[in-house]
Amino acid sequence: MGDHHHGPAKGLSRWLFTTNHKDIGTMYLWFSFSMFMLGGTFAMIIRAELFQPGLQLVEPAFFNQMTTLHGLIMVFGAIMPSFVGLANWLIPMMIGAPDMALPRMNNWSFWILPPTFLLLASTLFMEGGAPAAGWTFYAPLSTTYAAPSVTFFIFSVHVLGLSSIMGSINIIATVMNMRAPGMTYMKMPLFVWTWLITAFLLVAVMPVLAGAVTMMLMDVHFGTSFFSAAGGGDPVLFQHVFWFFGHPEVYIIILPAFGVVSQIIPAFSRKPLFGYDSMVYATASIAFLSFIVWAHHMYTVGMPVAGELFFMYATMLIAVPTGVKVFNWVTTMWRGSLSFETPMLFCIGFLVLFTIGGFTGLMLAIAPSDFQYHDTYFVVAHFHYVMVAGAVFSMSAAIYFWLPKWCGRMYNETMGKTHFWISFIGFNLAFFPQHFVGLAGMPRRIPDYALQFTDFNMMSSIGAFIYGLSQVLFLYNVIATIVAGKPVSDPKVWDGAEGLEWTIPTPAPYHTFETPPKIDPAHAHS
Amino acid sequence: MTSQTSAGYEKYYVPEKSRLAACATIGLILSIFGAANIMNDMTFGDPGQETSSWTIFTLGILFFLATLFSWFRVTIKENIAGMNSAQLKKSYVLGMFWFIFSEVMFFFTFFGALFFVRNLVGPWLAGEGEGGRMNGLLWEGFTFSWPMMQTPQEAVGGAGAQLMANNGSFTSAHTSMSFRDAHSWWAWLPLWNTIILLSSSFTCHIAHMGILSGNRKKFNLWLAITVLLGLAFVYLQAVEYHEAYVEFGLTLNAGIYGSTFFMLTGFHGFHVMMGATMLLIQLLRSVLGGQFTADDHFGFEASSWYWHFVDVVWVFLFLFVYIL
Repeated sequence: MGDHHHGPAKGLSRWLFTTNHKDIGTMYLWFSFSMFMLGGTFAMIIRAELFQPGLQLVEPAFFNQMTTLHGLIMVFGAIMPSFVGLANWLIPMMIGAPDMALPRMNNWSFWILPPTFLLLASTLFMEGGAPAAGWTFYAPLSTTYAAPSVTFFIFSVHVLGLSSIMGSINIIATVMNMRAPGMTYMKMPLFVWTWLITAFLLVAVMPVLAGAVTMMLMDVHFGTSFFSAAGGGDPVLFQHVFWFFGHPEVYIIILPAFGVVSQIIPAFSRKPLFGYDSMVYATASIAFLSFIVWAHHMYTVGMPVAGELFFMYATMLIAVPTGVKVFNWVTTMWRGSLSFETPMLFCIGFLVLFTIGGFTGLMLAIAPSDFQYHDTYFVVAHFHYVMVAGAVFSMSAAIYFWLPKWCGRMYNETMGKTHFWISFIGFNLAFFPQHFVGLAGMPRRIPDYALQFTDFNMMSSIGAFIYGLSQVLFLYNVIATIVAGKPVSDPKVWDGAEGLEWTIPTPAPYHTFETPPKIDPAHAHS
Repeated sequence: MTSQTSAGYEKYYVPEKSRLAACATIGLILSIFGAANIMNDMTFGDPGQETSSWTIFTLGILFFLATLFSWFRVTIKENIAGMNSAQLKKSYVLGMFWFIFSEVMFFFTFFGALFFVRNLVGPWLAGEGEGGRMNGLLWEGFTFSWPMMQTPQEAVGGAGAQLMANNGSFTSAHTSMSFRDAHSWWAWLPLWNTIILLSSSFTCHIAHMGILSGNRKKFNLWLAITVLLGLAFVYLQAVEYHEAYVEFGLTLNAGIYGSTFFMLTGFHGFHVMMGATMLLIQLLRSVLGGQFTADDHFGFEASSWYWHFVDVVWVFLFLFVYIL
């Protein structure tokens, strides 16, 4: 219990037993990238099958398992843990804390994930196959008609929820309790703000998901009738409970991405973020609204008109705070001294493509139109514009932006820019045509399609392969940087970057801010 | 032993590397793997087949509990050794608060399901909305009342007669747990359970006042009474479940009334057991270890918050499951 400074331990035990937020952040990031690759492989199988109409490569039942696992792994295994990894690395450094508030629990939150996803992926080899009811696992597909592997899926969701709740409690405790003196709430970097609000959302809705899967478990094994009309229950009850979790969940994914973009755009515009206060209020408004819009995912389920109208207007309301954000980012760049390094390119890509995804979201919000769009490829296009071009692009930006700080080495800029452009082209080639086939009526989650959709689907598949390959380039660039990148030692790796994490040495030492730093009162949020 | 910096700032204790998380993970994963296998054996497996599911589950849960035990032991030792600054203690307070909030949301889910079924699903199945088509085409003759004493399936003449895909047969109870079905108010267990649990919140508070005034005797006595009241509640709940199954025909298979009844009271009962265990551990810490002082007793405080939370959940349960 001494004062002497510890470096990292050697070997495997460093990672298994660590309580260090940087180690844990690193593990989260590598784990989420490996899940990104696994979920991506499933996507490649889906796109290969859809390259041509008819059934070529896989059985329809297996196709369903692929769409299901692709969604589950990307949402719960890739995107969410990647932002938790970022939170672990950055929040203590940004608020001047020695570590996360509850370091041992922090380690537990991470170590629950790998064996759980191993269990989930292993359902592919079980009798009856992996869960195949889609990532939204609607009853009765996921109850009455489910393979036995659904039980493993249910328990996996329980413990993933446990991990998320503990991780979020840790983040809330860290932000509320560990800020350096003088770091008031309205001086916190926006990334910290977005994560604080995200953590509230997680603590509020992960238990609801646990409740949903618990009711499934009871229906499957113990004879209850929550989701069965014959016993007085209702399959629609499942959808309500699921989306009460599921809608906040999409903001759980995108809010930290907003935070990342709000850090990076000012750095490469060499201007403070425009409208900091309004950004905070907009984030909080989005979080609040996320609780009262869930049924816009189920317009076609047979709700009363009053319900459709309420959820329609509430959903459209979200465009207001989101618009505030987009305008603030654009205004931050306005008359800035712009430069276009890789993180900035990904942020601008985010800005353009996320806005497109936002607009298609508005189209989907309109209840009468949604009767046409519902469960078509238009929806698939919409949420990939916000999930991939939103969350994943901002994640790529974050890695390029902070990697030099973390490892003291600079990535290869040419390779980074190449990664961006190939991603950008591949992504749009993959998902833009899906708007058209969707509007023309191509249903999602079906391994076959009508002949007139062939050209657009071929483009889509080629685009998906290009996007997938570009991630291999990304992986190579990151490894090459860590192993042999050009050393950097300036604390401020980027001349326009502001914030506490840029005041500590580069590479960031194993322990930072063991005593809190002095916060310059003139220095507001970065 | 708390280290002070030159600025007089009390350092935040960041523990060294620890095996606790890895061990807890092993226990947890073994438990869920075993539990899932037990249930799959039950529902999908061959009845006579020998499996190791129970062994895996038991080993997992024991390992998990042992890890939790040593985790809390380490934490308590650190506190006794004076390593916890005021700031660190606040982290524990925040942690417990938000944990209870997540539990609130968990119960909110099942209450939400109950309200949805009672106010929307039931009336629709009985013909409200959509011009009554759902009732006329699928569940003819079903009328809705709560507690639901006849499932839609029974209304159409059993699982074989229903038009919807058959996913089990649901046989209603003949007597519900509601006050309206009680023989007399004094033989109605939920009332006694309410009295027991509400008074246990008071006794818990008296125990808290005891430790705050440094009166350990008072603390031990009233805490012991609280734990006993908790156990009495669990006992009566078990009696009630027995009555439900054996005398009332109220089972998990009894349609949505039985489903919501057992889900809400079952999870509440489980939380009472957890809360009583937590309080019992605090009692043992005080009686055997002489731990807790007037200004440092967070283990007890956190458990008492949990206890009050469980109590509040019961008030809602009593209202919406038993009375209304």
